[in-house]
Amino acid sequence: MGFTININGTPRSVDVDADTPLLWVLRDVLGMTGTKFGCGMALCGACTVHLDGSAIRSCITTIDSVGESTITTIEAIGVTPTGAKIQKAWLEHEVAQCGYCQSGQIMSASALLKDKPHPTDADIDDAMSGNICRCGTYVRIREAIKLAAQSQTKEG
Amino acid sequence: MAFDRNVSGASYADLSRRNFLINSAVAGSGLVLSVSLPVGQGKALGSNSFAPNAFIRIGTDGQIVLTMPYVEMGQGTYTSIPMLIAEELEVSLKQVRLEHAPPNEKLYANPLLGVQATGNSNAIRGAWKPLREAGANARVMLIAAAATRWGVDVASCHAEAGEVIHASSGRRLKYGELAADAGRGPVPTNVVLKKLEEFKLIGTPTKRLDASGKVNGTAVYGMDARPPGVRVAALAQSPVFGGRLKHVDDAAAKAVKGVSQIVRLDDAVAVVADHMGAAKKGLEALKIEWDEGAHAGLSTQDVARELEQATLKAGAVAQTIGNADEALANAATRVEARYQLPFLAHATMEPMNCTVHFRGSECEIWVGTQAITRVQAMAAKAAGLPVEKVIVHNHLIGGGFGRRLEADGAVRAVEIGKQVDGPVKVVWTREEDIQHDMYRPYWVDRIAAGLDKDGKPIAWKNRFAGSSVMARWLPPAFKDGLDPDTTEGAIDLVYAVPNFHVEYVRAEPLGIQTAFWRSVGPSHNVFVTESFIDELAAAARQDAVVYRRALLDHNPRAKAVLDLAAEKAGWSSPLPKGRGRGVALQNVFGSYLAQVAEVEVAKDGSVRVHRVVCAMDCGTVINPDTVQAQIQSGVIFGVTAALYGEITLKNGRVEQTNFDTYQILRINEAPAIEVHVIKSAEPPGGMGEAGTSGIVPAIANAVFAATGKRLRKMPIDTNALKQPA
Repeated sequence: MGFTININGTPRSVDVDADTPLLWVLRDVLGMTGTKFGCGMALCGACTVHLDGSAIRSCITTIDSVGESTITTIEAIGVTPTGAKIQKAWLEHEVAQCGYCQSGQIMSASALLKDKPHPTDADIDDAMSGNICRCGTYVRIREAIKLAAQSQTKEG
Repeated sequence: MAFDRNVSGASYADLSRRNFLINSAVAGSGLVLSVSLPVGQGKALGSNSFAPNAFIRIGTDGQIVLTMPYVEMGQGTYTSIPMLIAEELEVSLKQVRLEHAPPNEKLYANPLLGVQATGNSNAIRGAWKPLREAGANARVMLIAAAATRWGVDVASCHAEAGEVIHASSGRRLKYGELAADAGRGPVPTNVVLKKLEEFKLIGTPTKRLDASGKVNGTAVYGMDARPPGVRVAALAQSPVFGGRLKHVDDAAAKAVKGVSQIVRLDDAVAVVADHMGAAKKGLEALKIEWDEGAHAGLSTQDVARELEQATLKAGAVAQTIGNADEALANAATRVEARYQLPFLAHATMEPMNCTVHFRGSECEIWVGTQAITRVQAMAAKAAGLPVEKVIVHNHLIGGGFGRRLEADGAVRAVEIGKQVDGPVKVVWTREEDIQHDMYRPYWVDRIAAGLDKDGKPIAWKNRFAGSSVMARWLPPAFKDGLDPDTTEGAIDLVYAVPNFHVEYVRAEPLGIQTAFWRSVGPSHNVFVTESFIDELAAAARQDAVVYRRALLDHNPRAKAVLDLAAEKAGWSSPLPKGRGRGVALQNVFGSYLAQVAEVEVAKDGSVRVHRVVCAMDCGTVINPDTVQAQIQSGVIFGVTAALYGEITLKNGRVEQTNFDTYQILRINEAPAIEVHVIKSAEPPGGMGEAGTSGIVPAIANAVFAATGKRLRKMPIDTNALKQPA
């Protein structure tokens, strides 16, 4: 079946079954490999993208459920002010190790910061505990989110 | 901003082109490196390029390409290895581009291992001298070329930031301008390397060269390989190791939109489709019957019993000092214990995957591997081709931890690829990845010590049984019943014990495969030795730090890290009820590490690790931030193992399936971690794994301090720690 969805501001048409997870449409059909496969069950967060600005797990989001909503992926998160600040803070704190989970971490963190410009530790736990990092970069993820929050404050 | 390069359906050609685009997408990153260059796509630098060795190529256009003999899996090697070369070559890291090394044992073997592999925390230890020499030789040749051109004495010239400079005349030539000439001169011998105090780069905090691609989605892992026309395969392997595929009804699978082929193997079946969504759906629609074979009844208890039996037999003597039996017989106090460690999966975030294009007379492979020559050799065997007909493109690795030292995934992909027309990417689901891992071995240790009247250990006797991964992985390294990995951490203790005897009994459980797992031998041995020395301190009614310290007079580096960790942790300061501190000390991978864990045990028996203080002496530090990052990483990896890590077998099948049943520590559970590094001029030691081996006994010892209960088996059994209501 044909579906047209809006990804990073561009309408994209794909011909797949209605129950195909968005993750595989992005990665295998459209070749946008920045979004990662980790578990297929919304347990690890590696596949996180934004649907109308909210973090969702693309591995359990079927293509037919996207409708008119806007999808944003790691490839385009840098054009949003929050996403750019998060990416910058990630580099500043040298968060990434193997880096495989970091697309998802950055998407979750960007969504958090957009909703809560000054997140508490509890807010960070809530928003980020769905994202597993096997390299254990958690200490730096927390620091980087706080740095990005501060840079928002400074820049008004 | 360059994000528009890949917002929409980047083709594989785009991905390749992207490799050559420097200055990545993120504003303010300032980094100018792309490390995603698949081997074989490197643009030739022209016949006039200067390639004095296998690690450095300098083009006449000024391009400096460094070939990485070790692979980046998060440990920072794609920054620290270039630092070694750049230090002596006299170039800025901003001037270099990195490439993955192709398979070539002669050129790229780790001198410590003898094979081209990245593991055992030994990349820097292996590279420390040869790669600085590689840079220094190239520099000397470039200087000689410039001096000849100018007709001046080489001693009057020096190199700086990619140029040769004749200071007295102010003349300068860029390396690119010298490339054509430099290769004509002789390769120097006995070049004098810089002294520690002359380093400009080594020891300086340096930003990771692979960071920018990892925050904008452009980093290319094996999973992201997309050769033109690639299809995707999902697979089901026999749920019982050694089982066979009996029958498959594939009618429903074939009807799934996008599914193009069902591939049957002796012990697996794969569904090939346009995309993984269809492949998985097809796989779920298969009706598969297995002939489960000889191991269909196997359980973890069987393995544990077998290993316990094995510890009753004499083993190969790994180390013996004095007479442990006699000293034990004469000891004032005797302490005995038995320890057990479970099978563990690697659970790398990037599930196993491998892309294969089998063309009959040759085979091309895209994969992220820690052991590229092993992949090439085993893939060649599976393909029925000579090794040179197998082309392997290495990639960034989304988590290795030893899993990608194995070539089983590549072999499986070749078996499937042989039946598929065109390239196919074989992707393991998370369930397949966890249930068909090659696991950290199960271990059983019987250990005894004798204390004198003052509580000091005068005898130590340990016999342990389990799998030798090395015996399978690198058979020549297994000699007389022993190998250096299996015993590391069990012998050459940091402590002075006058009568000491350690035996290893090799026992390979059937029906489950074992492999290296982050912190390898020490992940087992340090748990046992550091738990047991803690038991001895308790038996002697002495403080755990004071007790250890008294046994370290001969070992100043060990004593220094222990003192530092204890001081920074506030070892003697009081803690609230329910909390405890535990310590562990080790000298493994050429480094010294002391860790103090502070834990809280709740009424329901659950354990929370609040704080971990680490003191490290890893000799000369290459990139200080990488040391911090790797210790933090190793700690989290170990906390996961202590709290949750366990693979169990029932009816021959691995019971765990995904991250719900094989839990990984999450951010809300992560402790605060402090890393203190001791300045040292000793040669560099490894630091990618020690954080893992030490933290597990530190946690177990902290639980003892908090509850008085000794944990001799991992993971922590919260039921055993539950307090009566």
